[in-house]
Amino acid sequence: MTHTFDTSKPIYRQLADQIYWRIIRGDLKAGQKLSSVRDAAIEFSVNPNTASRTYNEMERDGVVETKRGQGTFVTEDQTVLHQLREERKQVRIEEFVREMEAMGFSATDMIHGLKSYVDKEDQSQ
Amino acid sequence: MITLEDVSKRYFTKSALHNISLDIPKGGITGLVGENGSGKSTILKVLSGLINPSRGSVYIDKTPVTRRIASKVAYLSELDAFYRFYTVQNMVDFQASQFDDFNKNKAEDMLSFMKLDPKSKIKSLSKGNRGRLKIVLTLSREAPVILMDEPLSGLDPMVRESIVKSLISFIDIEEQTVLITTHEVNEMESIFDRVIAIKNGEILGIAHTEDIREKEGLRVVDWMTKHYNS
Repeated sequence: MTHTFDTSKPIYRQLADQIYWRIIRGDLKAGQKLSSVRDAAIEFSVNPNTASRTYNEMERDGVVETKRGQGTFVTEDQTVLHQLREERKQVRIEEFVREMEAMGFSATDMIHGLKSYVDKEDQSQ
Repeated sequence: MITLEDVSKRYFTKSALHNISLDIPKGGITGLVGENGSGKSTILKVLSGLINPSRGSVYIDKTPVTRRIASKVAYLSELDAFYRFYTVQNMVDFQASQFDDFNKNKAEDMLSFMKLDPKSKIKSLSKGNRGRLKIVLTLSREAPVILMDEPLSGLDPMVRESIVKSLISFIDIEEQTVLITTHEVNEMESIFDRVIAIKNGEILGIAHTEDIREKEGLRVVDWMTKHYNS
């Protein structure tokens, strides 16, 4: 699978975002072992130095932990994982709101539109 | 690790390189990018000792470059240089007989990674598989310096991807210094530590790929265009 990276951010940061997405979706669970830096580099087709920087960055964020001689694992700290999910939610909401505002919709329009969309989704399931 | 000092190269009346000075430290993958005829391949040929510069000095690992530098430099040519009647295995054995640093186990691993059958005749290989075989022959050498001239050129997307992945898997990025020329900048920028843009035989700029994104918010292609037009 080819991964594309956009221009706005450095690749090491985008790679971290992709791995965070897997954690948020539950593809990678709390305490689960991540692939090695080299395997991650191969999977995402990035320079191993970039992948290594991503792992350092994720460790600094507290989302993963490196255990000497064993590898890198997703943290089991639920507070951190909860925060990761919440941050992602805020980012998405902000994007949505900015775009709606740009199109001239009011806050009421947004809430109303969102509610009727969600209700319709519920009915069809 | 790779040093050019005031290097110029003229082909008869045409100037191919103009006063190029360059110092690439040990380790990492460097992309050499620029339009056709900008001098990319000439730089690689000068570094591999295949042609002599008209002026200036060239060093690999502090050794002045001559034809004998081939023992330190693995060079992948843009052209195919195979005996058509050889099998893939014959070609691997031939390469192993020419270079002391050739690692046969690595060659075997790479052949299976690239899904190449050692018993296939070279003349029956598709262009894509010939491209893959060239990569195997070059990267199976544990040479301190690897020079690759357009490794993706003329190959389909699937072959290009398998080659990019093989570069990541089989290059020892701390020990080996790799210089790759390419037109496929978008496909390769994620594996470059740094890029060098070149135009009309002169260096326009050198930058770390992540800095280009982080500080300038550009892809390498845009960065290159910016330098080309300025």
